[in-house]
Amino acid sequence: MSSETNAQHQHDADHGSEEQAHGSFRGYMTGFVLSVFLTAIPFWLVMNNVLDNNQLTGFVIMGFAVVQIIVHMVYFLHMNGRAEGGWSLLALVFTLILVVIALAGSLWVMYHLNTNMMPVHDMKQMP
Amino acid sequence: MASTITASQTGEAPVFYLKDEHPHPEGHSTPLGFWIYLMSDCLIFAVLFAIYGVLGTNYAAGPGPKDLFDLNLVALNTAMLLFSSITYGFAMLTMVQGRVAATQGWLAVTALFGLAFLGIELYEFHHLISIGATPQRSAFLSSFFVLVGTHWLHVTFGTIWLFTLMVQVARHGLITANRRRLMCLSMFWHFLDVIWIGVFTFVYLLGMLR
Repeated sequence: MSSETNAQHQHDADHGSEEQAHGSFRGYMTGFVLSVFLTAIPFWLVMNNVLDNNQLTGFVIMGFAVVQIIVHMVYFLHMNGRAEGGWSLLALVFTLILVVIALAGSLWVMYHLNTNMMPVHDMKQMP
Repeated sequence: MASTITASQTGEAPVFYLKDEHPHPEGHSTPLGFWIYLMSDCLIFAVLFAIYGVLGTNYAAGPGPKDLFDLNLVALNTAMLLFSSITYGFAMLTMVQGRVAATQGWLAVTALFGLAFLGIELYEFHHLISIGATPQRSAFLSSFFVLVGTHWLHVTFGTIWLFTLMVQVARHGLITANRRRLMCLSMFWHFLDVIWIGVFTFVYLLGMLR
């Protein structure tokens, strides 16, 4: 058992990468406290209508979501450039590119489709 | 080309591949493989988010987010999932120290928070359907139920997996294979929390702003 673990550590050392990071108590607590604030503030902004401007509130809470996703990736999923020799981060970056294309592309195309294909029904001019 | 011919003429077998210089321990590539599975799962959710983004305002003269969503319930739900994330983190920390009982305890707490999340979601779905806001009502509700329901199913299977691993740890202890499995479930569980950030921001909070 112990010899097997030693062999694995030796093996990982050969590859120049560490055993999968399990994080530390400090890291998990940092991530948790940050997440609590990053969750509570958007809920507070929306529930109490603090900013009094829906569009501005929308952009602000989307900003909070992006920051919180990064916090989760770093402190809970232990994402960094060294994990698995950089392949995890590469897969993540590739996926994010596909996600941005799928989301932004769909919304962009369908928004213009809606605008251009909508029949003009001005009910005021109906007889 | 010429060298290959001369080599075969002299009787030496040509080498077409490089021999692996060292043996790899069992399961050493599992974390990367599982991560790539999670990334493919991320694409499924990206498509569902895109569908919701396109159809989310088509109410068909039916109820909209402001009529249906209760942000207090969503906040409670979010807290449950966030607490389960940190308790799973504690389970991983005790696992590294090899403390079986503490690991089992934290896993049980995580399962309770997961079950609380699932219960609150079921209550919300039941409430929506009972007041007539069914998936058939409008494109908004169809895409809402597909997106949030898919996340609910993921958490359900994650909870089943969690109970399975608790039985495994109880029977075999924190052996290498069980550590690897707990590591994979850890990634799965935290990944679902990341998806939930997108859900409560795009579906619930932005829905209430419309």
